[in-house]
Amino acid sequence: MSITANDHALAAHGHHHQSFVSRWLMSTNHKDIGTLYITMAFIGACVGGTLSVIMRQQLMYPHSHIVANGDTWNAIITAHGLLMIFWFVMPALIGGMGNWFVPMMIGAPDMAFPRLNNMSFWFLAAGFVFVMLGLLLGSGTGAGWTLYPPLDNAQYSPGMATDFSLFSLHLAGISSLLGAINFIATILNMRAPGMTMHKMPLFCWAILVTAFLLLLAIPVLAGAVTMLIMDRNFGTSFFEPSGGGDPVLFQHLFWFFGHPEVYIMILPAFGIISHVVSTFSKKPVFGYLGMAYAMVIIGFVGFVVWAHHMFVSAISTDSKIYFEVATLIIAVPTGIKVFSWIATMWGGSIEFKTPMLWAMGFIFLFVIGGATGVVLANAGLDQELHNDYFLIAHFHYVLSMGAAFAIFAGFYYWIGKMSGHQYPEFWGKVHFWTFFIGVNLTFFPMHFLGLAGMPRRYPDYADAFAGWNYVSSIGSIISVVSTLVFFYVLVRVFSSKEKLADNYWGEGATTLEWAVPSPAPQHTFLEVPVIR
Amino acid sequence: MTRKGVFVARLAGWLAVMAVLMWHGGAAWAQSAPQDPAAAANAYVNAPHDWELWFPPAGSPMQAKIDWLMKYVLWIMAVVVGFVAILMAVVIFRFRARVNPKPSTTTHNTLLEVTWIVVPCLILVAIIIPSIDLIYYEADDTNPYMTVTVTGHQWYWEYKYDSVPGLDYTSYMIPDDQIKPGQIRRLSVDHPLVLPVGEKIRFVISSADVLHGFYLPSLGVQKYAIPGNTLTSWTIIRKPGTYYGQCNQICGLNHDAIPIEIKAVPLNDYIAWTKMALANYTENTVTPLLSSPMPRNQLADATR
Repeated sequence: MSITANDHALAAHGHHHQSFVSRWLMSTNHKDIGTLYITMAFIGACVGGTLSVIMRQQLMYPHSHIVANGDTWNAIITAHGLLMIFWFVMPALIGGMGNWFVPMMIGAPDMAFPRLNNMSFWFLAAGFVFVMLGLLLGSGTGAGWTLYPPLDNAQYSPGMATDFSLFSLHLAGISSLLGAINFIATILNMRAPGMTMHKMPLFCWAILVTAFLLLLAIPVLAGAVTMLIMDRNFGTSFFEPSGGGDPVLFQHLFWFFGHPEVYIMILPAFGIISHVVSTFSKKPVFGYLGMAYAMVIIGFVGFVVWAHHMFVSAISTDSKIYFEVATLIIAVPTGIKVFSWIATMWGGSIEFKTPMLWAMGFIFLFVIGGATGVVLANAGLDQELHNDYFLIAHFHYVLSMGAAFAIFAGFYYWIGKMSGHQYPEFWGKVHFWTFFIGVNLTFFPMHFLGLAGMPRRYPDYADAFAGWNYVSSIGSIISVVSTLVFFYVLVRVFSSKEKLADNYWGEGATTLEWAVPSPAPQHTFLEVPVIR
Repeated sequence: MTRKGVFVARLAGWLAVMAVLMWHGGAAWAQSAPQDPAAAANAYVNAPHDWELWFPPAGSPMQAKIDWLMKYVLWIMAVVVGFVAILMAVVIFRFRARVNPKPSTTTHNTLLEVTWIVVPCLILVAIIIPSIDLIYYEADDTNPYMTVTVTGHQWYWEYKYDSVPGLDYTSYMIPDDQIKPGQIRRLSVDHPLVLPVGEKIRFVISSADVLHGFYLPSLGVQKYAIPGNTLTSWTIIRKPGTYYGQCNQICGLNHDAIPIEIKAVPLNDYIAWTKMALANYTENTVTPLLSSPMPRNQLADATR
């Protein structure tokens, strides 16, 4: 991929002199909106992470009283799940890094609908206020992030908190839906001349597939949430057995959204990892087309596996077999991704800079999370493992270590391009190693707790589960220390005076964002780049 | 006395003390047996223990099958993870910039790309075949010896014995401050579910209010309790003893405080127990759909 002349000297003239209010509150610039999204993700991660630390403190010893009672506990676990998914992982990967780099990578001047882009962000920000009200009002929303009725209907969850949580999902959903429409329009229509779909960087492929998943999954969530709100407030009985409704219907609707949601969180991560691995191996991505279409296949199959979340709910025997087999099939395209990353590194000239450490950590830990995923896909085994700590370990290996490691890989990879300042290499590596040790110590013992039969969402447990819970809580404290190191890295980045080259990673970084200055100017391209 | 003589004398004394203790213990058991035949189950306790690394010992054939398949699938996945780990170690040591300054430019290898599609497919087939067997086995709840209707409530379980008319009672967790020696905090209940060993028992599981989860890890049984729905599962308990389970679907304030305790006893003791229970459990008998007898907050204070 080569780039025609693109006069960076002129780029400096592209800066407008804008007031703070017009730049940040009425933004139409994809980079500024991306920065807003990343700020939102930072806040969401801090609040959601703090909740997780409270949870681990409560569980450090049996019979603790750090959390006042079961209602408070349930509100905390619910908010932790919602915040980490909708206000940390999604805004960081899709709204944040997607906004920043998709237009740049395809050589587009901005997103297709800049004002819609701004609106997407502010819906999400409003949703954050609502989800916090859902946590803090009264005794909070205590149904878990899956929001299964009847626990969150008007009888068992009276009070406004649950309504706020449900509406927060509407706001986050509208935000994601508008963002998805924007990404699809941008990627399909605004690629630079010469950039065919089969030359498009893998991160853009990842965001494109993610956008289609959002487009098809979010309306189903919106329907389910609306039905819940109607049941709570207007006397309908979609999910009320006494009125002819069925709680199982909600489970189907929720997971028809919820399972694609899992891939919505991990596909952009796949895209970032491909770029980081290729850059630091100084090699092009191995099997590019296989990598792109593996994501498309994961997206398709991801829509037809939802009831594997319901193996111990009301589901027929033959449906179990179908959903088990369909679920296991996803291991094949995922295997293509993993082996292609390794093949990309194979024969490379690898530099173990901080982003590469996060990417390699991602690959290994995601394989462990994937392996336990294959175990859980077995409906027969799920009868033993469903909803216990083995499941908690599994999905934190793919999310807390998968998605979060990819977010950090992307952060260290692109922070120079976004801020114009490089991170301190030593402290980046300290952050990686402390976090690697912390999360493994937190989540690996959960496999053992699950095998021993400890259920999830328990504020107190039988004394026999104390040992591994203690180890897990120590791991969470190490992760807190690691996060403090990350805050120090942020301070160093924003206080740095160092100037950065356009392409500070050198020969391995070949996508278009490395052809523009660091930080990227407000108007990325003064001339449309041409891809040969 | 010789040293040997001292030893023999002490051994004899020790044996005598043990004999007396065993006699008394046996007599105590013989006396209590008519009151609660289920007490015989105290011989064997299948409860979780600290630093556990694996499933509880299999209490039922179903759990034994789950245990086997789990080992089978986990070993396969361990080989896969180990293979990836070896590849990554090779990459780290052989292809670091210092060792390999000139990167290769290979980006395709059709044979390799076909291999890493075909081999995972074969592995999946090897997993799916025994897995489907287990699904059908778990679903086969036909021809039970007896059926227990299990109903989840906020926050207790209700057990109704379909073959014993009138036997329908509730089971509450022992609050932390009332735990007696021999009971397990957070797992022991006031009235355990008493079942005969060696017989096929079908559970018909439902809920009177919100979702609950009827989860018996040592027997390999788990099903949601869903209002307006009945799900079934089954078990055959292999030997007399005490088995534990917990609610495994979030159900509100005291989700962590409705454990399941099962006393498995020989069939004759079970029949004797049903007569005792019919006579004594009347005040505990509830009609289905009756809501929690204790106000929410009072129950919270009692259990936390």
